[in-house]
Amino acid sequence: MTPLNKKLYRDLWHIRGQALAIAVVIAGGIATLVMALSALDSLQETRRAFSEQYRFAHVFAHAKRAPDWVAREIGAIPGVLRAEGRIVQDIIIDIAEMQEPARGRVVSRAAGGQTHLNDIVIRRGRDLRHGYPNEVLVNEAFAQAHGLQLGDVIHGNFNQRRRALKVVGVALSPEFVYAIGPGDIVPDGRHFGILWMSREALEAAYDLKGAFNNLTLRLTRAASLAEVIVQVDRLLAPYGGVGAYGRADQLSDAFVTSEMEQLDHLAVVIPPVFLLIAAFLFNVVIARIIQADREQIGLLKAFGYSNIAVGWQYLKLVLLITGLGILIGWAMGAWMGYAVTGLYRDFFRFPFLYFQVDPSTLAISAFVGIFSAVIGALSAVRRAVTIAPAVAMTPPMPSAYRTSLLENLGLARFLSQPARMILRYLFRWPLRATLTITGIAFSVAILVMSLFFFDAVNKMMDIHFFETERQDMTLTFVDVRTDAARSNIDDLPGVLMVETFRIARAKLRLGHRQERVGIIGIDGDMELSRLVDVDGRVVTPPPEGIVLSEKLAELLVARKGDILTVSTLEGRRLVRQVPVVRIVRLYIGLGAYMDRRALNRLMGEGDIISGAHVLTDSKIEPTLYTSLKGVPALLGLAVRRAALNVFSAMIREHLHTMIFFYLTFAALIAVGVIYNSARISLSERARELASLRVLGFTRREVGTILAGELAILTFVALPLGCIAGYGLAGLLVNLFDTKLYRLPLYIADSSYGYAVLMVIGATIGSAWLVLRRVAQLDLIAVMKTRE
Amino acid sequence: MGDVQKDNAGSRAPVFRTVGLTKVYRGDGNDVWALRGVDLALYEGETLVLLGPSGSGKSTFLNILGGLDHPSSGQVFFRRQELTALDDNALTRYRRDHIGFVFQFYNLIPSLTARENVALVTEIAANPLSPEEALALVGLEERMDHFPAQLSGGEQQRVAVARSVAKRPDVLLCDEPTGALDSATGISVLEAIEGASRELGTTAVIITHNAGIAAMADRVIAFADGRIAGITVNAEKLPARTISW
Repeated sequence: MTPLNKKLYRDLWHIRGQALAIAVVIAGGIATLVMALSALDSLQETRRAFSEQYRFAHVFAHAKRAPDWVAREIGAIPGVLRAEGRIVQDIIIDIAEMQEPARGRVVSRAAGGQTHLNDIVIRRGRDLRHGYPNEVLVNEAFAQAHGLQLGDVIHGNFNQRRRALKVVGVALSPEFVYAIGPGDIVPDGRHFGILWMSREALEAAYDLKGAFNNLTLRLTRAASLAEVIVQVDRLLAPYGGVGAYGRADQLSDAFVTSEMEQLDHLAVVIPPVFLLIAAFLFNVVIARIIQADREQIGLLKAFGYSNIAVGWQYLKLVLLITGLGILIGWAMGAWMGYAVTGLYRDFFRFPFLYFQVDPSTLAISAFVGIFSAVIGALSAVRRAVTIAPAVAMTPPMPSAYRTSLLENLGLARFLSQPARMILRYLFRWPLRATLTITGIAFSVAILVMSLFFFDAVNKMMDIHFFETERQDMTLTFVDVRTDAARSNIDDLPGVLMVETFRIARAKLRLGHRQERVGIIGIDGDMELSRLVDVDGRVVTPPPEGIVLSEKLAELLVARKGDILTVSTLEGRRLVRQVPVVRIVRLYIGLGAYMDRRALNRLMGEGDIISGAHVLTDSKIEPTLYTSLKGVPALLGLAVRRAALNVFSAMIREHLHTMIFFYLTFAALIAVGVIYNSARISLSERARELASLRVLGFTRREVGTILAGELAILTFVALPLGCIAGYGLAGLLVNLFDTKLYRLPLYIADSSYGYAVLMVIGATIGSAWLVLRRVAQLDLIAVMKTRE
Repeated sequence: MGDVQKDNAGSRAPVFRTVGLTKVYRGDGNDVWALRGVDLALYEGETLVLLGPSGSGKSTFLNILGGLDHPSSGQVFFRRQELTALDDNALTRYRRDHIGFVFQFYNLIPSLTARENVALVTEIAANPLSPEEALALVGLEERMDHFPAQLSGGEQQRVAVARSVAKRPDVLLCDEPTGALDSATGISVLEAIEGASRELGTTAVIITHNAGIAAMADRVIAFADGRIAGITVNAEKLPARTISW
């Protein structure tokens, strides 16, 4: 080994604590990148494989009753590979062990497995057999939630007739990877199930012999989705078609896409923060090492080493530390990616989940790691190599200090000499103090941002479940009923309060933009399910016009006063012009609201409702459930308490893991920055501190100077970090702004408190590590060497 | 050496007394003996010059007296207190209350002005001079508000002397105080040490390579190879300003 390389390894060993701290910060950035990209790759590859192998459709359309030949006609549209008509129906399921009725979506399947699109994976049991109309396959989440065994019998209400169904198999489908019930905000395997039944049985039950009410298509690669949709809508219109849509609007697939977008954002937002901090740490640490090596650099150059050789020496040090960080980051990232992919396996229902770390992911992460490290160290290294040997070999002038600004303002007489030392040191290297403050502030910010997720989701839940949706349950009916149905619900046992609503599918158009939504018609005096705006004010839709959610308005580029073209997709399918009267902020879904009677007029119908929100007496809820299971017209039932439980469980399992990762990283950054800052300060001031010890200052007193400096830096950084954390949260709010949901920009005071406490903890920990070294200061050696 | 102690033990009490002071630096296989059993007494108000080549043990001896280092064996008494029995905190206390140091490299705090460097010590001392008095003692009353970077080497060293004497130490320990300075500047520093010692009755111990400086001492102790090689008593010590080299 060459002497220079020996020196390199000894230098590295000498600064091992700091090197490790930097390596860990780099590792944080690399790990996040590897985690996000590998999970993204895995999810993408899994989705692609599942979709392709099981022929997940590209286009979906619902109709009332279309003859089978229409499907053949649609199959002939240019660009359509295959069109398959089927029957899809929402029903109420009665499970013996569960008090409340569950909701189900029944999907027809050719008995014997002749399905070409949206095929299923049978996980247990067998496929449906020809000639056994009461056999069903159920989706895995539902089977697991109820502990359903093969051969178990469940009951369903089909077209107002109760029917016993025998479970013969458990299945998964690319169509229901994220099986979310209508109106739900998270999948609830207990209360919502997918049932596959034979086409014959459903044709008979719904009087659809030779007809279908749902159509799915697969397209050629070259096909234009928009053009196919126009054709499908045209052909299905006479049969009650409610508008075809692509995968982007297919709820399950949209959720998977949204999750992948989040991972993508994560890969873009978080790693740069880490790498920026690592670059900064390199800058100060390498600058310090070079400062201490000045004379040796001069000597090497006097011996005839070139600038490049000397510079390379220090870059090698940077690369060794970076390399260590990259290795740690790869390992951590792969482990975290595996953990996150595991979460997705539970969260989404894929029959398989390929976990893979693509070599390109490793290459990209290594590249950005090295790039940021070299950028960080470059200016310090350049300074080292460009200094003339003669200058390098003479000791540097004592640093020129000035009285600090604070003292000039007349504070001097309140300051002890150690306090002046701290202040003047900070003001002497304002850039370094600024960078350290920035680094500490970043760790506060990342903590605040991580905790923001909790707060935002809790806030969203709070608004959704306690301000907006205050009903105990929501009932939906098979057919829209007149308001007379209201009194029937009133008569059910345990019902304390009833509020009816109308929901109608419609296409909203403004200029060339259009969106498919369900317009909700609410009565002005709603107490249970309310429309609440950003400021917590209850909004009542005026007798005319439409209220849009902010997101919907944004998608349509609509402002208050604009006139929308509303094409209703049900009933008489009227097209009307409706003014936008108000825009409100909603966190879940795309909302469009009207006064119910105005909506009824728009539809050209009478006093019609789609369902009712009810408040119940929890004591006699079991009786109510029993009664409801017997109501043949009931199409759906959403129980608020159940949704709340599922939502909380999801947050517990899903969010906690991710946030745990972030919190760990933020703590590592805090320790990395603060420890390095303290170490550098110690090594630069060893002489001063030793002088003080010789003069009779105690270790504690000398330690106070170092600790005081850290305390000031941290103290200044804390509020800045809180502000930056709010900024990062704002950035995330923008990035996570999807059609499905938005996050409220809300951070609880306690989150700021926790973030601040954790960073103070990290400061104390780092200070403790460094202060132990004050005790080890070699007083004699320090005093006897030249400055 | 025993008789030397007897010679001086008459009227004055010793400030320091060392008994069999030994310091060994343990290395891989080859131990380095810095001190090999030094017995010496130092008396109130006397000025001592330690002479000797590099590695003769004089700095180690000074550091042990100042509570900066521990002997491997032997004892050191400061008045009645056995220093070798003190723990680190007590040694810090001892340095704070009784000892002033001057080193070859001035070891001023660069971020504090001359006055503040002195105040650093006066703030923690029981009965100090004011920083202004201390600086006047070394002739620097005009440059009190300058930072170290704005002072010459001799001026910096005089600030270091002022800082050491400001707490009215019992003992002033100077390790090569003029080593980094030219002759004229060095003498100004020695005058400062001499003046402070005279004004405050401080015992001063000065390490030097420079035999010329020996003339200002009451006694000159020659170190060689970790032992005291000889003690010379100056019948008449010369004022620092008359010395030259």
